[in-house]
Amino acid sequence: MSHADAANPEVLKAMGELFVSLPHCRTLGFEYLGTVGRKPTLRVQWREDLVGNPATGVVHGGVITSIVDTTSAVSVAANMQGYETIATLDLRIDYLKAATPGKAIYCTAECYRMASQIAFTRAVCYHDSPDDPIAHGVATFMRGSNPKPMLQVEEKP
Amino acid sequence: MSDFMQTFDRLRDEKRFAEVIAAVPYARLMGVECGEDANGELLFSLPFYERNVGNTTLPALHGGLIGGFLENAALLHLMWNRESLEAPKIVDFSLDYLRSGKAQTLYAQCEITKQGKRVAHVLIEAWQEDRKKPVAVARAHFLLSTGS
Repeated sequence: MSHADAANPEVLKAMGELFVSLPHCRTLGFEYLGTVGRKPTLRVQWREDLVGNPATGVVHGGVITSIVDTTSAVSVAANMQGYETIATLDLRIDYLKAATPGKAIYCTAECYRMASQIAFTRAVCYHDSPDDPIAHGVATFMRGSNPKPMLQVEEKP
Repeated sequence: MSDFMQTFDRLRDEKRFAEVIAAVPYARLMGVECGEDANGELLFSLPFYERNVGNTTLPALHGGLIGGFLENAALLHLMWNRESLEAPKIVDFSLDYLRSGKAQTLYAQCEITKQGKRVAHVLIEAWQEDRKKPVAVARAHFLLSTGS
């Protein structure tokens, strides 16, 4: 997968790598698989410590919330002309069916409107195909949320 | 009733809060704690841990982590109040982020707004040093297993 279709491929690559390397995303084991068009995909493997219902082994809804939030943020980065700081304003998840214990969860997101101050996103979580989703999420992000950059861009030598 | 719910009921009756949290693997991973406030209402807390950070330059808690903490609070609140024979299933969850979560303890408390035969509606509020300045507010619908 490439970043060629991004508004700024360098920004998407750096922000994509940044977002999955954040401490909580590392804790959950998120992997950034790449971006097709401007739709990024992340994966989280099933793990015993991510379970929400020990009677069934189903992953906790909070893990879905985190992967939707993170993948949606990467989809905003795919539409950025330059580096900027964003913050989630709101998020809604519909749990369409229980995740299958033992299977990896994928999340693909799209920023379908990049307004001057707000970015609007939608995302699906699935095991095998986005056409058979386990969860659907919509979110909005505040652009330019903080003057402090999220990413320290190193000067090229 | 599953072994998990039987265990949960026993832990609740004996008010063994730490073991209730330990029974939910992801709640334990986040580092959630729970107890009762002065009015006997369940109060959830999440001490600051570096592993829960989502913005390293501010620093701030990860938005998804805040969501997971609130969703888990709603789930345990329903189970604690004996609203379901099995663990309730979350149907939808909506979260508004009002302030960034600082490197401090995050608190959450829930209110069951509507308790139907099949569905419950729960409001959840999260704050840090001042309850009047919430970090996030959320609402969720859960499917219940009431045996009726």
